[in-house]
Amino acid sequence: MSGTRNTQVFDLSTSNLRELNSRLQNEGPDAAWEIQNPVGRHALAVGLTQPISVTIDGHAGYYAAGMNQRANVVITGNAGQGVGENMMSGSVHVKGNASSSAGATAHGGLLVIDGDAGARCGISIKGADIVVRGSVGHMSAFMAQSGNLVVCGDAGDALGDSLYETRIFVRGNVKGLGADCEEKEMTPEDLAILTSLLSKAGVTDISPSEFRLFGSARKLYHFRVDNASAY
Amino acid sequence: MTENHHDVTKTFPRYSATFDEFTISQIQRAAATGIYDIRGGGTKRKLPHFDDLLFLGASMSRYPLEGYRERCGTDVVLGTRFAKKPIHLKTPVTIAGMSFGALSAQAKEALGRGASAVGTSTTTGDGGMTPEERGHSSTLVYQYLPSRYGMNPDDLRKADAIEIVVGQGAKPGGGGMLLGQKISARVAKMRDLPEGIDQRSACRHPDWTGPDDLEIKIEELREITNWEKPIYVKVGASRPYYDISLAVKSGADVVVLDGMQGGTAATQEVFIEHVGLPILAAIRPAVQALQDLGMHRKVQLIVSGGIRTGADVAKALALGADAVAIGTAALIALGDQNPDLAAEYAKLGAKPGTYDDWQDGRDPAGITTQDPELAKRLDPILGGRRIANYLSVMTMEAQTIARACGKSHLHNLEPEDLVALTMEAAAMTQLPLAGTNWYPGKAGF
Amino acid sequence: MCGIVGLFIKNPALQPELGRLTSLMLKTMTERGPDSAGFAVYGSPASGQRKMTVRGITDENIGEFEAGFLKTAGGTADAAKHKDHVVLTYASELEPAIRAFVNSFGHGVHFAASGESIELYKGVGLPEDVVARFELEKMQGTHAIGHTRMATESAVTTAGAHPFSTGPDQCLVHNGSLSNHNTLRRRLINEGLTFETENDSEVAAGYLSWRLAQGDKLDQALESSIGELDGFYTFVVGTREGFAVLRDPVACKPAVMAETDDYVAFASEYRAFADLPGIENAKVFEPEPQRVYHWEHAA
Repeated sequence: MSGTRNTQVFDLSTSNLRELNSRLQNEGPDAAWEIQNPVGRHALAVGLTQPISVTIDGHAGYYAAGMNQRANVVITGNAGQGVGENMMSGSVHVKGNASSSAGATAHGGLLVIDGDAGARCGISIKGADIVVRGSVGHMSAFMAQSGNLVVCGDAGDALGDSLYETRIFVRGNVKGLGADCEEKEMTPEDLAILTSLLSKAGVTDISPSEFRLFGSARKLYHFRVDNASAY
Repeated sequence: MTENHHDVTKTFPRYSATFDEFTISQIQRAAATGIYDIRGGGTKRKLPHFDDLLFLGASMSRYPLEGYRERCGTDVVLGTRFAKKPIHLKTPVTIAGMSFGALSAQAKEALGRGASAVGTSTTTGDGGMTPEERGHSSTLVYQYLPSRYGMNPDDLRKADAIEIVVGQGAKPGGGGMLLGQKISARVAKMRDLPEGIDQRSACRHPDWTGPDDLEIKIEELREITNWEKPIYVKVGASRPYYDISLAVKSGADVVVLDGMQGGTAATQEVFIEHVGLPILAAIRPAVQALQDLGMHRKVQLIVSGGIRTGADVAKALALGADAVAIGTAALIALGDQNPDLAAEYAKLGAKPGTYDDWQDGRDPAGITTQDPELAKRLDPILGGRRIANYLSVMTMEAQTIARACGKSHLHNLEPEDLVALTMEAAAMTQLPLAGTNWYPGKAGF
Repeated sequence: MCGIVGLFIKNPALQPELGRLTSLMLKTMTERGPDSAGFAVYGSPASGQRKMTVRGITDENIGEFEAGFLKTAGGTADAAKHKDHVVLTYASELEPAIRAFVNSFGHGVHFAASGESIELYKGVGLPEDVVARFELEKMQGTHAIGHTRMATESAVTTAGAHPFSTGPDQCLVHNGSLSNHNTLRRRLINEGLTFETENDSEVAAGYLSWRLAQGDKLDQALESSIGELDGFYTFVVGTREGFAVLRDPVACKPAVMAETDDYVAFASEYRAFADLPGIENAKVFEPEPQRVYHWEHAA
């Protein structure tokens, strides 16, 4: 944790967003920052490129840690729409709830949400891993392409609609599956991925054996008249 | 009664205007396959277009500039509203967004070479930025699309401007498609998709919907790129007055308005032919929106969709646009529809001038393909030269017209330099019908 | 396309704070809707009396308007002016006569809302200016709903600002865009409703009022709207007793709620809650699509 490093403090009640992002974006590796008084401001800690650690002490608005590369960002409160959107690498950890489209289109990195995530969690992800300790809203993993979504709670309606190759692990109830999403048998390889992700996310009180796996039925991969009712 | 009375009374066989040959083939095709026709290109039907407008040259009341001798400026600056680094172009004719995937890498490179040679910009597409394209484009606009295929913050920072695509003229309200034939290993990797599947692009952005949320998205993009890059917002022409107003309210530096003649790599034929407005009908309400907000010429307007000649360029600018973008025309300049390829088009069931199976990946011109053998047919250096030639001709044609109207810069062309040839064009543009001072809806003679 | 806020007070001790808290929430939503703003505040009803908010009052028309109103209402009536709005108070049985007087008065004067407890203010301009103009922070009551507007397909006018009130003590605010409001407006006009604007949100308000007039409870009216209203929407609806929230099946437009023992709050974005007391311990959640959320005070 950042305790061993000299943590710098940035107070958003006295300085502006442009200054914050500009300093974080131009920071060298291994720096540690604590951002105070975020009060739900948008675009906090976006476009980071260095392996620094940033703690947003409170609630963040839209697109917190958007397009993150290599940085480790912790949000102690709730995060607004599109937290960690298009993340490439690094990690984002939301200790509260996340709003809709969490981790949208993320290509890499790890997004951990301790609370619940809203609708469309992991929409169109392209390689990222997302672990949600609570539940996710409807249309989660919509059109998700690759990577993994782990849901320790329940999943809303239309889970994995129009899914490509993302794996979806759900421990609780699934309200309904979207078009072309089906339950799959968990292979040892899948189980190893799940175990590793739970461990990386610090989830130690839940056994991987409690999860079910969902994936693409691959019936919509080609336009065919027989699939017309699915559109 | 004569012997051959049957010949006299028999009516000549007559085709139906409603069920014409094309319609019949469409119905028969639908019945046979059970899936709608997916094709590339833009609308093929006759639409009101720039041909329905004419310039009033100078004579007694206005004085012309001497052709070739007296200066007529063509440069344009885009993104002057908020961006720290606006784009300076030598000609207002730019290359529209077309993806690597839809086009071969060679075609993308050729577009970059040609555009750079004449000092204008080219644009990426749904699928990301290739090193070839970045390397050969002096000014490159990076498209930010609903699917975010190949979307990478490093490329975002490498771009000279960012174009947030809300919609496209060929299919406002719809997402694009790339059929399996064109999802090669390289395309698949760039898009994080399995090879060879039919890929559907999203029609809405995954993390915002509507202008209130777009405003926040624009703030994020600016924060990530140090407020340097102009942010364009591209819409398909459907409700231009409201859409342009909202793009401006959301914080756009530049708005791009694409008419229904604009092409696509692949979408439903029914979409191409039946959704959206021709560009001629869309420019006036868009300019009106900018004027009502006090933003005309402050937020620049780029129009596209069926731009073919310097006359089209001059007309679009006179109606109030700051620049234009070309797509289909650029592909034709590269060699698409080339009559020399008639035999190869015939094998595909087409003829030069009719070829629209851009979704199919078997383009004999090597442009809309990912087949390495076909793609090799296009020499990017030669192709770049053809694009540069074509862009230069369009620019000179626009200058010729502007000088004849007495303008020392293209951006001084104005609606009063134009008249409409048809009632339809007059009504859509509110330009007077040729020879009158009247347009439909206006009192007068 | 807009920002919405709503605050429903459970603990009566917080009622004097309603206006102050609502104005803080509303100002936070300025960027979502810089064109215009409006709010409805529900105060405690006086028995046998009704209130009507009227807008479009000017220095030129106020004299004639007040005289006409007092003549129509007689005895105990009162007219309190708040900038270009005036709140009329009169005996309940005079409602039809007062409404007829307001509707026929002309001179740019428009009915805004009426009922036992609703007062409704709206205007063009930045939300902070609109809020300051009407001194929202001084207002008290049981619940309030506010809106900041970024106009989409209709004009930036006071008439086009939200909330819309189309029935007694009812109001509606909306973020989103309805795709079938023109057809629905024509149908409701056939049912006898009248509309002041081309705004899609007014149609939604009218639809709910029509259902309520047909005997639906508020939650039933909202349930039936799911099948009738097409497009993307988040609605917050106010009634004399409480308020309700509904999102469309796709639920693209943002919505977040916070509940404590003292209040229920709604906003388009979390940051609108920043100044609410005890927010750090509130239950915060996003309303699910197609589900009617409904809070009421005991009548």
